[in-house]
Amino acid sequence: MSEEKTDLLDVQIDGVWHKFPKGTRMIEACKQAGVEVPHYCYHPKLTSPGNCRMCLVEMGMPPRPAPGAEPAEPDEDGHLPISWMPRPVIACANTIGPNMGIKTTGPLTEGCREGVMELLLANHPLDCPICDQAGECSLQEFSVEHGKGESRFREQKVKKPKNVEVGPRIRLDDERCIMCSRCVRFTDEIADDPVLGFTDRGSHTVLTVYPGRELANNYSMNTVDICPVGALTSNDFRFQMRVWFMKETNTIDVNCATGANTTVFTRQGKIYRITPRQNNDVNSDWMPDSHRLNFHWIESEARLTEPLVLDGDHHRPATWSEALTKSADKLSALKGSEIAVIASARMTNEELLITNRLVKHLDAGHVDTVPRIEENDGYLIAADRNPNTNGVKLILGLDDPGSQLDAIREGIEQGRIKGLIVLQENLVGDAGFSGELLGKLDFLLTTYPLANPTADLADVVLPGACWAEKSGTMINVTGRLQRLNKVVDGPGATLEPWEIVRDLIQATGGGNGIYAATDLFKQLAEQVSEFSGISWEQIGDLGLPLIETGETIPLIEREKERIASGLVVG
Amino acid sequence: MTDKKPKNSASSHASFLLTTFYSKKMSFEVPSDLEKEIDERITHYPVSKRSAVLPVLHALQHHFGFLSEDAVEWTAAKLELEPIKVLEVVTFYPGFRQEAPGKYHIRVCRTLSCAMAGSYELMESICEKTGIDRSGVTHHNPIAVSPDGKFSIEFAECLASCGSGPVCLVEDDFHEAVSDVDSLLSQYP
Repeated sequence: MSEEKTDLLDVQIDGVWHKFPKGTRMIEACKQAGVEVPHYCYHPKLTSPGNCRMCLVEMGMPPRPAPGAEPAEPDEDGHLPISWMPRPVIACANTIGPNMGIKTTGPLTEGCREGVMELLLANHPLDCPICDQAGECSLQEFSVEHGKGESRFREQKVKKPKNVEVGPRIRLDDERCIMCSRCVRFTDEIADDPVLGFTDRGSHTVLTVYPGRELANNYSMNTVDICPVGALTSNDFRFQMRVWFMKETNTIDVNCATGANTTVFTRQGKIYRITPRQNNDVNSDWMPDSHRLNFHWIESEARLTEPLVLDGDHHRPATWSEALTKSADKLSALKGSEIAVIASARMTNEELLITNRLVKHLDAGHVDTVPRIEENDGYLIAADRNPNTNGVKLILGLDDPGSQLDAIREGIEQGRIKGLIVLQENLVGDAGFSGELLGKLDFLLTTYPLANPTADLADVVLPGACWAEKSGTMINVTGRLQRLNKVVDGPGATLEPWEIVRDLIQATGGGNGIYAATDLFKQLAEQVSEFSGISWEQIGDLGLPLIETGETIPLIEREKERIASGLVVG
Repeated sequence: MTDKKPKNSASSHASFLLTTFYSKKMSFEVPSDLEKEIDERITHYPVSKRSAVLPVLHALQHHFGFLSEDAVEWTAAKLELEPIKVLEVVTFYPGFRQEAPGKYHIRVCRTLSCAMAGSYELMESICEKTGIDRSGVTHHNPIAVSPDGKFSIEFAECLASCGSGPVCLVEDDFHEAVSDVDSLLSQYP
């Protein structure tokens, strides 16, 4: 304890004394004290070049006594008087010192901010009404808070390149750029793809992608997120929706086992964009482009919107009760050993729990999931492209998901397996099942968000909600329990997969009494030892460590080293 | 548009294409003695090779007359930098040229003392006598070249001889209080 105490320094911020650990940047100390210091170039995950000068504050230290003079006496609280420096310092790259004073208000600081804002706005185009960044633009916000409110600039603004395609997913407006260099540092330090830089000088300085190269790496769109102005915009989101109209929902990415934390922006049930949400144990502030853009299929024409039953040689729409009754009739004619269930490692823990109950209720002979193992990209994309393989292992009790698929194929081939329930998977497309093989079954039921070749062969096709249309929990590659939150309603008669499984159990004579995914989570906490004592609320927006997997996320490990070396704040 | 490139007398667009063609087809070769000199200069910066970027670029420009895309990439490879880091330096300093100059490159001072002593008139006079057309000069390419490729010219900032304006540099020769343009040019055959 005593060691910890000596590492804390007294710092006075706007007249109030606080204690912070030695080495804290002044800007972070102010943030922790609830005082905002405006800034553009500073980003806690990147190095601090201190080039925007927006975070200038007034700083003071105890006076150094003249030779022979008595040092100043501390006051009753042990604080020395502060001798204020006549010039301002940047808060982003300087660390606190003992008995330091910081003033974020007053004529010096305010004058600095006004000056910086006036110079930044001198050449900035006034195209806020058509700028995608409007509403979430630091330049706009600080103009309101720290700007002069009028311009003395009467000259012509400098013309610079506009609408430049710097990469396949990114467009650059150089006139809007304020040269903070966040994007340059991101591509240098995080994405290891240093193609951006500043060419020319002074008011002619432009952000440039090296001739013949492009900003095309799979993390390029993070530069759009960290751009404090509208210089870098996303081709996908450009001009689609004003940001202030959108509703933000915190959830997680389901494209791989990392489970990057995300914010999904929607308006009237339509998803417009997905951005990474800071979680230093999972995805830092970043996410891969391939994952953030993988949402347009949710509005696909191929979405299943109502249950379908096979009638002769074609599918016809049916009500849920008809589809479920038909399924129950077919399933009850089969022995448990003749039924196999193939669930999905894209399902939530809650869905897997109720799937496990279905398996037991039907006494099904086989259960498995479809594995998706590819390459780890060395950044944030896990080799396992299923988001919840750890949930499958814990809840369905499968030690090696996918290892039963051959046995199931063989069982169907030999006629031992006559009924197959496929939950949220497309066996023909993703698991190498042939249509011919599935044709041998007496009964095939599938749930999936989209029409697909497996559903084409099914006796009963049920529209299962996709990741954005359901709530639940998943366990990521490092063993972290995280919450998936419902973002939009599913189209038509779509149901969440746990509801479908519940209704199927009920239709086949089982009980239910479950009305929400959170009820299932309570049961998880009671029935699966790893979950015991955890409540839905406790998981929060950032999740919590649940099990030890021994796996790590490469980008996060590198970031920890950079934080430990003091290169970045973190 | 008039010619900016003396060696290709076609339109500037065609000369651009030609330059592009040659820079793609012809390999950029640094003579071995120049490379030796550059390697020696790099040894002056033991902490970080990156610091040698200015001396390396100066050596290349001195030899080739300007810094082509190939020169930028050669420097980047030599110093183990990304090409964009070298391009940033090349574009930052007006002393570095990205376009080929003439056989003799002239810099006319236009800072206050020289401007008052007649540097604009000097510029006009040189252009008239060498046939240089500066109408195509831009911020990004401040150099204009005579049709015969013998002279190129640009304005420069203070050349540190404010008492004897107007002054100019022809290659590395310093000329003060220039009044007789014909005799100035006649020194360069």
